[in-house]
Amino acid sequence: MTDLLYVAALVILANVAVSAWRVLHGPARADRIMGAQLIGTSGVALLVLLYLIHGSSGVLDLALLLALLAAFAAVGYVKSRSADGAGDPEVAGGEDP
Amino acid sequence: MIASAAFDILLCLLIVTVAVGSVAARDLFGAVALYIVYGLLLAIGWVRLGAVDVGLAEGAIGAGLTGVLLLGAAARLKAAPDPPRLRIVPLLLCLAVSLGLGAAVLSLSVPQPGLVPLVQENLAASGVGNPVTAVLLNFRGWDTLVESVVLVVALVGVWALAPDDLWDGRPGAAQRVKRDAVLNTFGRLLPPVGLMVGIYIVWIGAYAPGGAFQAGTVLAAVWLLAIMAGVAEPPPVRRPLWRALLVLGPAVFLLAGLHGTLWGAFMSFAPAKAKTMIMAIEFTLTLSIAVTLAMLVLGRPRRPA
Amino acid sequence: MIADAVTVLLIGAGLFFFVAGTVGFVRFPDVHSRLHALTKADNLGLGLVVLGAALQAPDAATVLKLVLVWLLTLAAAATVAQLLARSALEDGAP
Repeated sequence: MTDLLYVAALVILANVAVSAWRVLHGPARADRIMGAQLIGTSGVALLVLLYLIHGSSGVLDLALLLALLAAFAAVGYVKSRSADGAGDPEVAGGEDP
Repeated sequence: MIASAAFDILLCLLIVTVAVGSVAARDLFGAVALYIVYGLLLAIGWVRLGAVDVGLAEGAIGAGLTGVLLLGAAARLKAAPDPPRLRIVPLLLCLAVSLGLGAAVLSLSVPQPGLVPLVQENLAASGVGNPVTAVLLNFRGWDTLVESVVLVVALVGVWALAPDDLWDGRPGAAQRVKRDAVLNTFGRLLPPVGLMVGIYIVWIGAYAPGGAFQAGTVLAAVWLLAIMAGVAEPPPVRRPLWRALLVLGPAVFLLAGLHGTLWGAFMSFAPAKAKTMIMAIEFTLTLSIAVTLAMLVLGRPRRPA
Repeated sequence: MIADAVTVLLIGAGLFFFVAGTVGFVRFPDVHSRLHALTKADNLGLGLVVLGAALQAPDAATVLKLVLVWLLTLAAAATVAQLLARSALEDGAP
């Protein structure tokens, strides 16, 4: 069982490596942030597998923490696109509705 | 067996590759994106080393706060001139310092068997079951007290950058968010869950990985998300209540330390009372760390109160 | 024993979606197609991994925690997909 879990973790880690290539090369900024987002989801899956392997509930707490903060970098990115760092792509032209 | 070794080797390779990529990246944005990935991988690395406490801190800081801070900073640096060229003399100096530090660290004699038995022996008297919390809040409380004060001092330093007319104003720009749209809704959905997770992490820190710093960082991140989603407004820095929150944790810590003077020595807790005192310190420190870190990310006051 | 087998099957199925999502993310031609690949497949993959892990959970609290992990990731992915898709439109992606 543990060996199979390690193989599964290895497969997800390989996914992380491939996604990291996208973060490195882009081309668009959105691509890089998407890559970080995908690696975040993969990281959560990895920690769930590591929880099964290590059997320590702290590992699952870390997965919970990363899941809670999963959208954080992407929201920070869409905010940082406007000149004053306060715009939002949902508001047309970044102005007040 | 082979699979676990392969996993660790690939993880190490990835961490080093992403770190080098982040440092060597030509454009600032790519460097920041890779740095966020680096924080995440590092948190997993700490788990593999059996240091889940550090993994929690790294996850909250690296994958949470630093990402937003650096993305904002990179956006502000857009107008900066071309990146500096490679300079040989500073490079050699840096290499020399790194090698010197490496040699110094490697030449230190490692005491056997280290401090682990000492900590285990005295764990019962510390008031908590998690050895990391016992060291941070009891055996080595001095360090943690001073660290919690350093955070507040750093924030005062940031506030001091405000121009005179905004001296007691509100940090951050006014957020433009479409009401009841996706981001706004997400900003209302997350805080209740975030609050629960934050309280859980500080509470469980007494006997398992967790604690004030990790919980405070989570709360800071969730508060910042609510601000970015237009659900909450950052308070003006002159508000007395918020200033009180900033110093509450360090103040309770200091009072607990002084109380120890009556019993024996400064910063010593009587075993019978230790758990109560440590939990009081942890919970108030969590609040103070949350407010301080969030205010540090928000930066200096930028608009009138 | 049966629980172990089902766990392995579920995690295996989850891995399939992870690999599919990542392949799409690397191979698809433009930002919006890539966004589609990553916000759908990976969250389904994570859901299956979480389901597989839940079968091994020692108590109900752990199952709840696992479910919360998945729900939070789903909410984050849905939000991020909207925001990134719109921001890419502003940048003039097709």
